[in-house]
Amino acid sequence: MTDTLDATSPFAGGIVGEARLRKEDPALLTGEAKFIDDLALPGSLWIACVRSPHAHARITSIDTSEALATEGVAAVYTGADLADAWAAPLPCAWPVTDDMKNPAHHPVAIDKANYAGDIVAVVVAESRYAAADGIEGVVVDYEPLDAVVDLADAESDRVVIHEDCGTNVSYDWALVPDPDAVDAAFADAVHHVTETYVHQRLIPAPMEPRGVAAVPSPHNGDMTLYSSTQIPHILKVMASLTLGLPEQKVRVIAPSVGGGFGCKLNVYAEEIICMALAGRHGVPVRWTETRTEAAGSTIQGRAQRQTIELAADADGRLTAVRATLLADMGAYLQLVTPGVPLLGAFLYHGLYDVPAYAFTCRSVFTNMTPTDAYRGAGRPEATYAIERAMDALAVAVGVGPDEIRSRNYIPTEKFPYDSPAGLIFDSGNYQPTLDRAKELVDWDGRRAEQADRRAAGSTKQLGVGISSYVEMCGLAPSRTLAALNYGAGGWESATVRILPTCKVQVVTGSTPHGQGHETCWSMIVADQLGVDPDDVEVLHSDTAISPLGMDTYGSRSLAVGGTALWMATEKVVDKARTIAAHMLEAAAEDLEFAGGVFSVKGSPDKEVPLAGVAFGAFTAHDLPDDVEPNLEAQVTFDPGNFVFPFGTHIAVVEVDEETGAVDLLDYAAVDDCGNQINPLIVQGQLHGGIVQGVAQALWEDAVYDADGQLRAANLADYLVPSAAECIDMKLDHTVTPSNSNPMGVKGIGEAGTIASTPAVMNAVVDALRPHGITDITMPASPMTVRRAIEVAGGGAS
Amino acid sequence: MIPAAVDYVRADSAEAAVAALGEHGDEAKLLAGGQSLVPLMKLRLATPTVLVDVGRAADLSGIAVDGDTVSVGALTTHSALEHSAELAAACPLLAHVASQVGDPAVRHRGTLGGSLAHADPASDLPAAVLALGGTLVATGPGGSREIAATDFFTGFLESALAVDEVLTEVRVPVSTGGWSYQKFNRRAQDWAIVGVVVAEGGAGVALVNMGSTPMRASGVESALAGGASAGDAAAVAADGTEPPTDNNADGAYREHLARVLTGRALAEAGVG
Ligand SMILES: Cc1cc2nc3c(=O)[nH]c(=O)nc-3n(C[C@H](O)[C@H](O)[C@H](O)COP(=O)(O)OP(=O)(O)OC[C@H]3O[C@@H](n4cnc5c(N)ncnc54)[C@H](O)[C@@H]3O)c2cc1C
Repeated sequence: MTDTLDATSPFAGGIVGEARLRKEDPALLTGEAKFIDDLALPGSLWIACVRSPHAHARITSIDTSEALATEGVAAVYTGADLADAWAAPLPCAWPVTDDMKNPAHHPVAIDKANYAGDIVAVVVAESRYAAADGIEGVVVDYEPLDAVVDLADAESDRVVIHEDCGTNVSYDWALVPDPDAVDAAFADAVHHVTETYVHQRLIPAPMEPRGVAAVPSPHNGDMTLYSSTQIPHILKVMASLTLGLPEQKVRVIAPSVGGGFGCKLNVYAEEIICMALAGRHGVPVRWTETRTEAAGSTIQGRAQRQTIELAADADGRLTAVRATLLADMGAYLQLVTPGVPLLGAFLYHGLYDVPAYAFTCRSVFTNMTPTDAYRGAGRPEATYAIERAMDALAVAVGVGPDEIRSRNYIPTEKFPYDSPAGLIFDSGNYQPTLDRAKELVDWDGRRAEQADRRAAGSTKQLGVGISSYVEMCGLAPSRTLAALNYGAGGWESATVRILPTCKVQVVTGSTPHGQGHETCWSMIVADQLGVDPDDVEVLHSDTAISPLGMDTYGSRSLAVGGTALWMATEKVVDKARTIAAHMLEAAAEDLEFAGGVFSVKGSPDKEVPLAGVAFGAFTAHDLPDDVEPNLEAQVTFDPGNFVFPFGTHIAVVEVDEETGAVDLLDYAAVDDCGNQINPLIVQGQLHGGIVQGVAQALWEDAVYDADGQLRAANLADYLVPSAAECIDMKLDHTVTPSNSNPMGVKGIGEAGTIASTPAVMNAVVDALRPHGITDITMPASPMTVRRAIEVAGGGAS
Repeated sequence: MIPAAVDYVRADSAEAAVAALGEHGDEAKLLAGGQSLVPLMKLRLATPTVLVDVGRAADLSGIAVDGDTVSVGALTTHSALEHSAELAAACPLLAHVASQVGDPAVRHRGTLGGSLAHADPASDLPAAVLALGGTLVATGPGGSREIAATDFFTGFLESALAVDEVLTEVRVPVSTGGWSYQKFNRRAQDWAIVGVVVAEGGAGVALVNMGSTPMRASGVESALAGGASAGDAAAVAADGTEPPTDNNADGAYREHLARVLTGRALAEAGVG
């Protein structure tokens, strides 16, 4: 392994850069951590949701009498009963175009259900069990309508789902900086590759499903919402607006959160319903999602059809990339649904130096669960398209997949790189990641083995697949978000507070749900202040404790929240320096701060430890004029640019041609996320991310039938891989610091997922290429692979 | 995922269980390891009003080899089968098939009797007991009776057991001849998309998930008995089956798998 910190890193000689066990883990591993369902809230009522069994149906009548007669049931509400409970429909914060169609999405549907799972009534009862009994007594009459589940069918407007929108097309969006240049490049192209790929729907499936507990304080109108969410801060604003509650009365707490992968970056009906009913009933109102609900009533991911065209010269050097997308929004627009394609829109040329670029996207409604951000959100789709197409180009040009990439990587000397889509890539050095990944999988050896097996006509063929990627994360410069019509900013906040005993409290607006913020944040502050990381407490996920925040998604925590923290710590050191200078009767500029001690340059005996300064700031007996008696600083950081992590992954697969089974034999990942604060956490993010991306390639598929019924609504039918399906991955890294932030860090939370899907699919197609097979629809299930071989005329039946 | 209310009775012996079933009629369900029944109850696809828990009936659990017969108590867990040295020596096929069921948690709770009584065509152990030519012992109000495994599976999730009968014992012959279990699935913990069991050098061949019940591949067995090559015998593995269609496989693909896996199983079992 190369070192984890670049020589230019602001950290040296401390613990940053070391692999350290996570502070969070003892509580999680011993079951001490409290998740939403662990909260003891005496006197609570529970809700259960009556959900439409039809994908598309008019609600003609609802009879709640039997439910009301069920033991333990306190109330039953229909959409009409609650129509005046909300001040606004559920929010979509990303109206990507001014004329985007956004149908009203009521927490409880009023006269029409638009996907199987749409809430049509709510039972309130004394226990979760009584509530579940109650929903069996709600009789809903439906008039079923034709369901729209196919994207082309949706686009045709054969059935218009939302009559008031007049069409199923939500929006058309384009990023074509120079159309003439693109046309000219394609006109002159020696090689013109056109590929079409489909991204199936995916279920995020965090280990902990969603859960909500709304706790009212009837005497003063306060409302505390506990939710298993990634975004307590955004949720506070949105819930206040949706319910018409005064925001200062609303507090949102995310207790321990068992994963999110983007699906908890949302404002959900159940959160709003529980708050509304807690207000009405004057007691806590709770809901815990079942696994079946988690499959069909929490947002899903991907669901796009893409066409990508590459123009290249005789040597295979790219001259233009043109990508066209048809994206499935599902039945409604959730919080950032329409923005997901835009997060990929800038990256369909990947990490290749391309002069001309065009991206267009059309988004349509269907009668399926709403889609939204899922780990990588837009960037996995973009990376998949370009990386699959690069393999097709390599075949067209007649060079290897490694060579075609090497010819096209953005040269290192071009950084910061002005991308054809209008971004500025901060830093990059791509070729070494390919070289190292090839070494790790023994590229030449595998190629030779592949040739041998082909020559021998083996029924088990080898495939090797490369995926090089760059992604944009560290969301996001607020001005860029404004240009994309996003409804909020991309800053993050941190407070660093040195307590009288020289212990440290850190308050972060970034909301962890598995990432390990407590560990990394304390390592950073420990190095900066010269204190023990165990003396640093990281407070988060409660809007009363951490009032300012933009939460966790888009691999932003370290690059944005961590930067705010770093800056706040610098600021607190500056204040401590002023006090120390006063104590030492020296000028602040003459002080050095190292190992937690201020000393006067050149007079080593004149020194005061940070602990002395902290106590001095507390007693305030002798502070300089104009210095307030505290040792605390807050910084809100708005990044000037995204960060652009990159790398190369290589997958080696074996395809059993008789059964169609694909077996992952080897996997190497060489990633560059700049300086690494804690390489153990980087590796953990990669391990999980890679498996999640491999899962899209090989296993996971939220299949809907023609009637809009989800046919994978449990973990027996929806194939989330387990440890048994994982292999030992070979991880390595390079370190190319970002210049977008002072720590030189880049995000790594989504990189694994972004890179791995195309690596595996390129490997599968590589194994099957002798049959003339150029694409396999994901997931590459045994039946799909075997069928492809049969259709291609290979393999005895 | 929230089961309906249910009463709970514990039966410490087969007789007590039979009595409890007699008392509560067909509203009652026996609870063994709960690995099939409880998921169905949580989805409210099964809504018994009384559970008769035989999980602690010690006399119904254990493995004994007597002469050329292996007797296994119905409450013996998959894990106990998997780890029994005695079984590994007397009937390695059964021990191996048990090790292929679900995941360790499931194998620690799930029982051989439960797996057979549930009569799921996708389950592993019923096919193994069929291929081995096993005999099941059921105890009812009138005493015990023996049922040949081939007569036990009567329909989808249906068996020859009467509502007031308890499966108490499973007997299989000592069997150390060539054997194989080819379980084809996409994740380690999953049911077989298709499975093929070969016992005793091809004397018994059974199929998993190829129809509405666990079934013997009688075409393969008689082909082999008639001297056919393994390849020719495997070619008829899917004949007469009506395999189901689901997300993983349609009928035609299952038939293809049955042929491929039968060929592999026969090869592994050393059938020429
Ligand atoms: C995640 C998961 C994965 C699984 N994977 C597999 C797999 O790969 N292969 C596989 O074969 N199985 C699999 N199973 C099912 C498992 O093998 C069950 O253990 C088995 O099917 C039932 O055994 P049990 O003791 O748990 O029975 P229970 O669930 O307690 O009972 C099942 C049925 O049998 C009846 N019953 C139980 N015992 C008796 C008895 N002694 N007499 C009469 N009736 C009885 C019950 O009334 C009930 O109707 C899986 C289960 C789970 C939860």
